[in-house]
Amino acid sequence: MFPVFPVVLSSFGIRHFAESLRATKNMNTSDASTATPAPRSGWLFRIDNRFLAPVLITCILAIGDYQYQILESYGRTAAAIFAAIALELVLGRWDAGRWPHLASAYITGISVGILLRSTLWWPFILCSLLSISSKYALRLHGRHLWNPSNLGMSVLLFFAPNAVASLSQQWGNDVWPLLVIWLLGGIILYRLGRLHITLTYVAAFLALSLVRSAWSGDQWINEVAPLTGPMYQLFIFFMITDPATTTRTWRRQCLVAALVAVVETILRLNQVIYAPYYALFIVSPVTNLLEIWWTARQALKKGDPAAANAKNVVTELTSN
Amino acid sequence: MKVAIKQPLLLLLFVGLLGSVFILRPPPDHADQLRREASMERYGFCLEEVSKKCGIDFVHQAPTLDPKLDHIMPIVAATGASVSVVDFDRDGLADLYVVNSAVGSKNALYRNKGDGAFEDVAEKLGIAYLNRPGDGVCMGAVWGDFDNDGYEDLLVYRWGKVDLYHNDMGKGFIRVTERAKLPAWVNAGSAIWLDYDSDGWLDLFIAGYWADDIDLWNLKTTQIMPESFQFAKNGGRKYLMRNKGDGSFEDVTEKVGINSRRWTLAAAATDLRGSGYPDLVLANDYGVNEFYANQSGNVFSEIGSQTGVGELSKSGMSVSFGDVFNRGKFCIYISNITEPTLLQGNNLWAPKARREGVEMQYTNLAAELGVERGGWSWGAQFGDLNNDGRLDLFLTKGYISGSDASYWYDYSRIAGANTAIISDAANWPAMKGRSLAGYQHKSVWLNRGGKFDDIAQAVGVTDTLDGRAVVLVDLWNRGVLDVVLANQKAPLLVYKNAVVQENGWVQFELEGTKSNRSAIGAQVKLYWNGQVQIQEVSGGNGYASQNQRRLHFGLGKEATIDRAEIRWPSGQTQTIRAPEIGILHRVKEPS
Repeated sequence: MFPVFPVVLSSFGIRHFAESLRATKNMNTSDASTATPAPRSGWLFRIDNRFLAPVLITCILAIGDYQYQILESYGRTAAAIFAAIALELVLGRWDAGRWPHLASAYITGISVGILLRSTLWWPFILCSLLSISSKYALRLHGRHLWNPSNLGMSVLLFFAPNAVASLSQQWGNDVWPLLVIWLLGGIILYRLGRLHITLTYVAAFLALSLVRSAWSGDQWINEVAPLTGPMYQLFIFFMITDPATTTRTWRRQCLVAALVAVVETILRLNQVIYAPYYALFIVSPVTNLLEIWWTARQALKKGDPAAANAKNVVTELTSN
Repeated sequence: MKVAIKQPLLLLLFVGLLGSVFILRPPPDHADQLRREASMERYGFCLEEVSKKCGIDFVHQAPTLDPKLDHIMPIVAATGASVSVVDFDRDGLADLYVVNSAVGSKNALYRNKGDGAFEDVAEKLGIAYLNRPGDGVCMGAVWGDFDNDGYEDLLVYRWGKVDLYHNDMGKGFIRVTERAKLPAWVNAGSAIWLDYDSDGWLDLFIAGYWADDIDLWNLKTTQIMPESFQFAKNGGRKYLMRNKGDGSFEDVTEKVGINSRRWTLAAAATDLRGSGYPDLVLANDYGVNEFYANQSGNVFSEIGSQTGVGELSKSGMSVSFGDVFNRGKFCIYISNITEPTLLQGNNLWAPKARREGVEMQYTNLAAELGVERGGWSWGAQFGDLNNDGRLDLFLTKGYISGSDASYWYDYSRIAGANTAIISDAANWPAMKGRSLAGYQHKSVWLNRGGKFDDIAQAVGVTDTLDGRAVVLVDLWNRGVLDVVLANQKAPLLVYKNAVVQENGWVQFELEGTKSNRSAIGAQVKLYWNGQVQIQEVSGGNGYASQNQRRLHFGLGKEATIDRAEIRWPSGQTQTIRAPEIGILHRVKEPS
């Protein structure tokens, strides 16, 4: 079990590697902090990353379920995956006129399968459909504003609390899976140039946990406890670092991560159980819109070739 | 298509999907309360709470443990309300034994006077003051005639000492624990009587909850909590005590292969695989449930995962068996937690049609049948409440009813934490008088034949006390099942049942000769109107409860019984042709 686990865990990091590659292609400005390192030697990097990520995430799902029964049910997880893929096919073909690569949809479906808890079937399907449709419906100039699975999860947790819950499972009773996840997650994010987001968030979370502890009178360990669960590890390594929905510069990314922790603290002080999901749901679109507006405005001022496009952006944002 | 058209359509799709969340989400629980006449007409029965009318004024008191646990005392001292049915004096009337759990508090034995009233005779008979300092506190009691003298004896299990009381012909009880050689200290969550080797002597299964080396009143450490919310194996050990037939028991747990250290809250035994020997099902808190298949009375094999019953890690609270489809096969109902932040769902495990015997497999039909969502569930019992020929399901629920403030947020933080945090009680956030899944209505699920409907409040079950144990019993020999509820830190409730006259019934009271005299483990298959229903005499099931010994079958309208087939624990079978309807049949095992 132990030798296999680290390899499998890296799959989440590889997902970001693949997405970073795609994200950087679409970026208008070069940004050293978000530039993705070139593929390196070794079998892990010789395989097309778009195929590697789904394969490895499937492995983590299989091993996680075999060892820790992390899945609610095989059928519902499959339903989440198929729903995500089916809608991606339809919308991708219709929107762009070509068949989309399905890795992203597969990953969204599998994330829903891991993170969502429900005794019913429809939440898994609907969460995937909401997540995928949000990528196409809620975007501005090709850039979507929410992390898809964060949006899907937040909507269902908020509007259907009697039907769904989030993953509250543990990685067994030992500390080593926790340490392995932190270690590997850290290494992978470092290679991808996104570790600063996670570290900023964790540092802010820990600092604010002191505030929460002082405010509520609870022990500090109670405030830190959620950080040790797998839901949080998925959140801090793989959700808030999603390249497609984070801001573009190093400083802004750190600021956004800290802001998520601040909003989360406000929610936590109000006893909101799913505070991290909701915090990211609130902060992500606001900061993305601000950045789009700011970047466009700067481009206009400098007489950038993209000024015409930027003008439209500024007009749209200021008129809404 | 132009972008200007596409984008609004995509938005429409998204909004449509968003709207479907509101359509698909479960509606809030609604409660239609009906007048008695309307309830009788619509459902064929109604229940009326009559505890005070019949002289029962028992209020359960929870234990107070080591002060180091003060901040979470309502969570750790959340059990102990228990009720069991016995006819201790063999007068043909069902009596009730209820335990208390505060040091110094009294247990009660409510003797059924037959005139509608009960009197507490526990003190007079020597089984009232069983919460003495240093002995631990009572968590439950089960009755079984361990010496086959014709009178039901009493086993009281505690977080502490286990005590066996010999019934002196209904005139008093004598403590025989030392002679019986029972374990000195078990932080027990459950205990049942069963004859696992079918030798005619009742054996005992005692399931530990907390680890045995913990003295909850003098803690050496606060690291006593489950090491995980899903994978905990640091609970109490189990004891299978074989009755040697000379008044003593021997510990055969290891010998028969039972080595669980899970946090067992409920155990029940019945022959689920048709082997002739009782299998054992354990509902475990903080982990998967266990299914111990009895291999001819020699060893037990844990096949929970193989059967499906032990597949998913949940918070098992109660085990009960019922033939809900009238197919002559038992389903297994295990209650769990179904709350907005913890959606485990209760399980109704139905046997797969083509997988029987050693290859037995079950499938969970709780959602399909409508018995999945039970709040913070506790004890559940099957019984035909309106005598329509189908087994209904009564479920108690509710964890901690405190102030308006909720503890759920804090509970969610600690429940997902790593073992280093969750296992130490000192790390658990203080409750500060808050509620955790409190003030919940009970569920009375009426079996409609393929679907269950919750009609609790419509038939008069309106209380919101923190329910724990439930028993179904014909208290006044009227051919109907009444309901008794034991509530944590709250009064014992007695719901008297009124059933429409046109539905028939029949009852069987069995007495073993070759088999154990209590006939625990005996099965009756009743064939009537082209259907068959199986029931078994139980030595304890549900949560901290034991139903009446006699078996009650509702028959519906214009019933004609073909036969009743009895399979005794000894293996002997007996057939009663066309038993008369509307009476109790007392049947003695042919010698």
